[in-house]
Amino acid sequence: MKNFANLFTRLDQTTKTLVKVAALVEYFEKVDDVDRLWAMGILSHRRPKRTVKTSLLREWAAEIAKVPLWLFEDSYRIVGDLAETIALVLPPPVKALDHSLAYWIEEIKSLGGLTDEEKKERVLNAWSGLTRDERFLYNKLITGGFRVGVSQKLMMRALSQYSGQEESAIAHRLMGNWTPDNTTYADLILAENPLDDISKPYPFYLAYAVDGSPESLGDPAEWQIERKWDGIRGQVIVRGGELFVWSRGEELVTDKFPEYHPLATLLPDGTVLDGEILPFADGKPLSFNVLQTRIGRKNVTKKILESAPVSLMVYDILEFAGEDIRKKSMAVRRQILVDLITNLPPNDIILLSETLEFDTWEAAAAERENSRLHLSEGFMLKRKNSEYQIGRKKGDWWKWKVDPLTIDAVMIYAQQGSGRRANLYTDYTFAVWDDDKLVPFTKAYSGLTDAEFRQITSWVRKNTLERFGPVRSVKPAHVFEIAFEGINKSTRHKSGVALRFPRMLRWRKDKPIKEANTLEDLQGMLAVYG
Amino acid sequence: MKSDLLKFTQKGIYCEAADVYIDPWKPVPRALITHGHADHSRWGSKAYLATDIAAPVIKYRLGDINMETVKFGEERKINGVKFSFHPAGHILGSAQIRVEYKGEIWVASGDYKLEDDGLAKPFEPVRCHTFITESTFGLPVYDWKPQEEIFAAINAWWRQNAADGKITFITGYSLGKAQRILRGLDTSIGNIYTHGAVENINEVIRSQGVSLPDTTRITRETDKKLFPGNLILAPPSALNAAWMKKFKPVSIGIASGWMTLRGPRRRKAADRGFALSDHVDWKDLNKAIAMTEATRVIVTHGYSSIFSKYLNEKGIQASIENTEYEGELAEVNENAEENKVDQSTGE
Repeated sequence: MKNFANLFTRLDQTTKTLVKVAALVEYFEKVDDVDRLWAMGILSHRRPKRTVKTSLLREWAAEIAKVPLWLFEDSYRIVGDLAETIALVLPPPVKALDHSLAYWIEEIKSLGGLTDEEKKERVLNAWSGLTRDERFLYNKLITGGFRVGVSQKLMMRALSQYSGQEESAIAHRLMGNWTPDNTTYADLILAENPLDDISKPYPFYLAYAVDGSPESLGDPAEWQIERKWDGIRGQVIVRGGELFVWSRGEELVTDKFPEYHPLATLLPDGTVLDGEILPFADGKPLSFNVLQTRIGRKNVTKKILESAPVSLMVYDILEFAGEDIRKKSMAVRRQILVDLITNLPPNDIILLSETLEFDTWEAAAAERENSRLHLSEGFMLKRKNSEYQIGRKKGDWWKWKVDPLTIDAVMIYAQQGSGRRANLYTDYTFAVWDDDKLVPFTKAYSGLTDAEFRQITSWVRKNTLERFGPVRSVKPAHVFEIAFEGINKSTRHKSGVALRFPRMLRWRKDKPIKEANTLEDLQGMLAVYG
Repeated sequence: MKSDLLKFTQKGIYCEAADVYIDPWKPVPRALITHGHADHSRWGSKAYLATDIAAPVIKYRLGDINMETVKFGEERKINGVKFSFHPAGHILGSAQIRVEYKGEIWVASGDYKLEDDGLAKPFEPVRCHTFITESTFGLPVYDWKPQEEIFAAINAWWRQNAADGKITFITGYSLGKAQRILRGLDTSIGNIYTHGAVENINEVIRSQGVSLPDTTRITRETDKKLFPGNLILAPPSALNAAWMKKFKPVSIGIASGWMTLRGPRRRKAADRGFALSDHVDWKDLNKAIAMTEATRVIVTHGYSSIFSKYLNEKGIQASIENTEYEGELAEVNENAEENKVDQSTGE
C-alpha cells in the first residue's frame, strides 16, 4: 500500500499532466502485475464490491476517535468525504502493517461473509496499522468514489509509455467489461488479439461545441449535417450471434433495453453501430425526461417498457462484416450504413438519422432554430471525409447546439459543496416571483468562477436568515441568469416545473431582485417547450 | 440575573462597567486590542491599548493612532474594572485579555494556539469564570502535526525544487505566519526573497530585536534570473495577482491549517499544501478550555454551533456570539481586508 499511497499523494499534489503521467509510469514500473492491474482497475472505477456498510464505519470511527457520532457526522458534512473524515479523526497508528495493494483488496473482499463484530475487528486492526494517507486509501477501497484527478486518457498515456503499446490499442483493451478479478495484466494488455473478447466496444468519438458560428468550417457541402438527438449515446455490437449495447459511460446496458434484443438476428454478424438510445413513440421522439425514468432502474418492467419505449437512432457504422471500418471516410461509412439499414426487414427498432442539406450556413442556422420542435438539441456537423476518431478531438466533428433557455431568478438558499468545494457555498436554490412571493423552482451549482463562489460564500456567511442543517436561507438579494436545456411539468416541485441541466450563466449584479422573472414566465416556457 | 461583564454589541465586545471595547470592528472611544491581525485591530477608534510587543505592528498598520501599551501580566484599572493582558501564543505580542470586576473573571482570548512557535510568547492558561474562544478549527478532523515535521516537509520540498531548478513559492499571512515560516526554513538550501507586504512586517519585527533569517525584498529592479533554486515568501493574496506571473518555473505551496483537507488543497490548485496554523487544533482547543476551568464558554468565530453543542454535552455551558472575526478563513477565502493591507504596502 505504501507505493500506492505514494502514487496517490503525488497525483494529488500536482495539476500538471506531465508530472502525473511520470508518477504513474514510475508506479507501474515499481509494482508487480497484480498490483498494477488493481491500480488500473481502481483508476478506471472498477472497485471491489462494498463489503462493509458505511454506517458501521462511521460508528466505529467515532468510537475509536472518542467523539459523539453526531460530531463525526457534522465533521463529515464539512469535509465532504467519508474516507477522509475517518482517516483524519482516528488516533495515530500504533504499528506498521506493510502489505501490497492486492493484499488489502483481498482483505477487504474477504470481509464480505463475516459478522459485523468480525468485520469490526479486522477494520480496526487495519486502521491501527496504517498511516493517515494509507488509511484514507484503505477507506476509499471500502467506500468507493475514488476521484483522483486522473482521467482515463492520462492513465492510458502512462500505460502506453510503460508497456510500449499504442495509446489507441490500450484504449481499446481497457474498454469493456473486465475487472481485475476476471483477467490478468498479461491477458488484458499483452494478449495477442483484443477482439477475442467479442463484447468489446470501440472508444467513442466525441465532438466539441462549435465556437460561435460555423462560418469558419468552410463550404457546408463538405459537411454531413444531422439533428443532434437528445437521448443516450450508445454503441450496438452484434458479433458471434450476440448483442451488446454500450452506453457512452462505458457501461454495458444490453439488459436495460430488451427492445433491442431482436437486433442480434436482425443485423448481420460483425456489425457495430453508433447511435442514440432515444425515447420514441408514434413516429416521433419523446422528451429525455421519459428516458430518465428508465435509467438507473434495476428491473425493466412491462409498465416501464410501455411508458418509456425506445428506438435506436443510428448515425454511424464502425464495423461491417467483421471489419473495422473506422478509417474509411464519413461519406463511405454513411453509404454503408444507409445500404444496411434500408435493406433490413421492416422493424420499429432501428431508425436512420436523416441528413440535412443546406447551401449556406445562414440557411442551416435558420433551420437550427426549429430544433426544439423536433425535440432535438441542435445540429451535429461531421466532415464528410473524416475518419472515426478516438475520444474528444477538435476539427472534424462539431456539435452546434441551440442556445439554452434562460430565466432570471433570485437566490434564496445556499448550501456548502463537497470535495473540492468543501467550505464554499456553491449549491444554490433559486426562486421566481409569484405576486410578491418568491417560489423556489430549481437548484444550480455550476457556472460561476471560483472567485465568484468565494465572494458569494463570504456574503452568505453575513446574510444568513435561518439554518436548516447544512442549508442556509439567505436574504433575497442576488439575481442570476439561469440557463437550461429543457423544461417539463413536475408534480414533485412546488413550482410545477422541472428544468433539465440548469446552471448559472451569469451573476446579474446589474439587476435588482424585483426585476427577476415570474412564475408566469416559467409557465409560459412550459407551454411552448414542455 | 445579573448582566454580563462583557457583552456582544454591534461594535464589538463591550465592557459596560469600564466603557471599553475589546477588538471592536467599528470605531469606538476606547479599544483594547488582542493582536494586530486586520479582523481584530481596526482603524478609527479614539484610543487603543495593546501589549508593548504587539504595538509596533498595530501602529505600522493603522498609522498615526493614539495608543498606550501594557506589559504582559500588568494590571490596568479602568472605572474599577481590572484588565490585564496574557500571552495567547498566536503571533508575536498576541494577548488574551483578562477582565475582573467584583470577583467575576472573564477572558477574551482573541486568537490563540498552544504550540510554542519560538516567536510568540507561549499561551498561558488564565483561570476564569467565562472564557471567550474562537473555534476556527473546532472539529476533530483538525489535528496538527508538530511544526518540526511540517518544516521538514517544507524544506524537503524546497530542496527538491532547487535540485529541479525551480523557484519555491510559499504563501502565509504577512503577519505571523510569514515570520514563523521564515524561522523554520533551512537557509542552507538557498536565498529567501520576500513580497513587499511580508518584508514590511519583517522590518517592523526586526526593529523590535527579534532575529529573522536574512531576506531580500523583491522590487521591480530585482533580477529575475536570481530566483530559480531560491524561495519566495508572499501573502496568500499574491497567488491571484499578476505580480507572481514573472516567477517561472515555479512550484507553489500554501501554509495554512485549511490545507489539512483535500478539498481546499485541490481547490487552490497549488502544488503543495502544508497544514501549519497559528490557531488551536481540536485537541488543543479542548485542552485550553479545560485549563481555564471556565464554567461558561462563549464561542465566537469558526465552527461555533458545532463546537458549542459539543461543550454543552460535556457539561460546559456554551453559547455562540456572532462577531466579525474571521480566524484563518481569510487565508483560503482571500479576505478583502487583508488584501487591502497587502496592496497598500506591497510592491
